[in-house]
Amino acid sequence: MSSSAETLSQAFTLGYTYTRSTGPIVGQFLTSLRARKMVGIKASDGKVLMPPVEFDPVSAAALTEFVDVADSGVVKTWCWVKEPRKAHPSDKPFAWAMILLDGADTPMLHWIDAGDEAAMSTGMRVKVRWAAETKGVMDDLNGFVPESVALLTELKPAASDEPIIGVESPSYLTYNFTAGKATSLYLRSMKEGKLVGQRCPKCRNVYIPPRGSCAACGVPTEEQVTLSNKATVESFTIVYIPIPGNPIKPPYVIANLVLDGANLSFLHLLSECKNEDVRIGMRVEALWRPEEEWGFAMENIQYFKPIDEPDMPVDQIGKLIDEGR
Amino acid sequence: MRADKMRDVAIVAFAQSNCQRDAGAQNEVELIMPVLSEVFKQAGINNAQDVDFTCSGSCDYQQGAAFAFVAGVDALGAVPPIKESHVEMDAAWALYEAWLKIQMGQAESALLYGFGKSSPGELPIVLSQQLDPYYLAPLWVDSIAFAAMQARTMLDSGEITENDMAEVVARSRNNALANNPHAQLKGDQTAADLLKEATYVSPLRRHDCCPISDGACAMIICTIEKAKEWGKPYAVIKGIDHRIETHHIGSRDLSRSVSTEIAAKAAGVANGPVDVAELYAPFSHQEIILKKALGLGDDTVVNPSGGVLAGNVMMASGLSRIGEVAMRIIRGEAKRGVAHATSGPCLQQNLITVLEAK
Ligand SMILES: [Zn+2]
Repeated sequence: MSSSAETLSQAFTLGYTYTRSTGPIVGQFLTSLRARKMVGIKASDGKVLMPPVEFDPVSAAALTEFVDVADSGVVKTWCWVKEPRKAHPSDKPFAWAMILLDGADTPMLHWIDAGDEAAMSTGMRVKVRWAAETKGVMDDLNGFVPESVALLTELKPAASDEPIIGVESPSYLTYNFTAGKATSLYLRSMKEGKLVGQRCPKCRNVYIPPRGSCAACGVPTEEQVTLSNKATVESFTIVYIPIPGNPIKPPYVIANLVLDGANLSFLHLLSECKNEDVRIGMRVEALWRPEEEWGFAMENIQYFKPIDEPDMPVDQIGKLIDEGR
Repeated sequence: MRADKMRDVAIVAFAQSNCQRDAGAQNEVELIMPVLSEVFKQAGINNAQDVDFTCSGSCDYQQGAAFAFVAGVDALGAVPPIKESHVEMDAAWALYEAWLKIQMGQAESALLYGFGKSSPGELPIVLSQQLDPYYLAPLWVDSIAFAAMQARTMLDSGEITENDMAEVVARSRNNALANNPHAQLKGDQTAADLLKEATYVSPLRRHDCCPISDGACAMIICTIEKAKEWGKPYAVIKGIDHRIETHHIGSRDLSRSVSTEIAAKAAGVANGPVDVAELYAPFSHQEIILKKALGLGDDTVVNPSGGVLAGNVMMASGLSRIGEVAMRIIRGEAKRGVAHATSGPCLQQNLITVLEAK
């Protein structure tokens, strides 16, 4: 986490770890790739579409007739990437190109390892550089090369002949998250062991964590309110289901807590009591971790625990006493 | 949609934020709130409670924040509850949804807003993941590469020259300098100055590509009757239509925008002279494709704001194009105009709006 006077920011990677079913058309294409063969599909007008698609782009008719296509062809258009991005298939400069394979009527998009931009031209002939080991994935095509380039011929046979019906297609995207003004204020206070909310200038509701606006009134919230470590249980649930990656062992209690001085609740853990003793109106207090462990995080509070105070009457929970309402 | 069978809809208010390379600490709510209060002021209303419908456009993948569009609702004031909707698209498509609501008689007025923070992620790579998930997304082919291949198709055919592309950029930046306080890129370079720059993803130079911008915009539309009741000046939506082309990129003629041609016809672009056009062309050569697809002649002023080459708030730029034309009509600078919004690689989807003075 880096911080400046205004902003808190942190890089994070979001992973979409999907497995996709391919269906018969894409599945057949990938199965053929594994056998180092290219196949297109015949469209309603007789044209061979490459790569094959399930439905005709013009008539929308379902397509079924596969056609063998060569693994070499002509560059119809291209561009040159001088500075490949991290996600790109090559870490050296390369070309993206639309390549019309012999026997196909539509060009397919792939990349060309040509070494230098000067080696590229529209109309040049290229051929597939097959991966040494094929698995039935797009990476079986290790790009294309100019047709004159000699390729190593040590190609291993495919490990399986089962038809491809699914592919793992994880994608990871890295972002730099910046907390908004209100969230930054909140997280900075957490780092100092304080709970700070914001009050709406219109309806007087006190938000914690603050979001910079009143969701009810649609106006900015700027007035800061330092809140107590004491709170009242507004509602709760006992979690019995283990959640992957969560270190807390079920059953445990998650409660909606209203801090003294606030009237809107927020979620936290409740502990140091029997689950069956938890009740609405119960008085609790934050248990902070040791100061040297504090970060810009909600986890600075380990959990809330009961205190020896009489319960808050239900009709007073979420009322702002100092506001007289 | 044929406007002659439809109710005219009035645009009464529009506001946009500055296009900034990095809005830094500002979150969605903090980006949206200023443009909302500006349009409420222009329309003379208090808040979102005073319109019948609200619709927004944004895309969570841009900033990597799940349900950012829900957080955006915090800017509205949604108590008592309001009728609200969202499109995972440019807010120009939110306008289309609201326009349909009004056509169906389910609303007399609507608030629209679009917002986007592209700065947290690597935008061209984020956009690569909107492609076909089997053949294209695994290659991570980015948005700039697609545009570059499209530009080469046109250069190879002799349809355009690199100078034509540089002329578009030079005019865009000059227009932004003269007319657009919100622009991110402005200046008085000539095409010759620009052509001295090295290529980036050849044949494109960096200046051929729109910048990455953060920001937001908002608009209020309503029936003509409502606009009169509010006593506000307005521009009229006379026609609106949108079309999409196949995701099978090899089946498309990249040098044409067939979907724009069809949408332009359906929206009635050719039914009168076009004084002004704001075209969502993220790459210089695409302005040339669009101008042709729309049948615009030299008597039409194209992108007086500088267009998105001067600043491109993804998910807000399309609605901003419509707002730019509407405000020129409201100010009396034009009688009739066309606004265009796009989405997807190489102008895959296109929305055309025809606007007239009342
Ligand atoms: Zn409020």
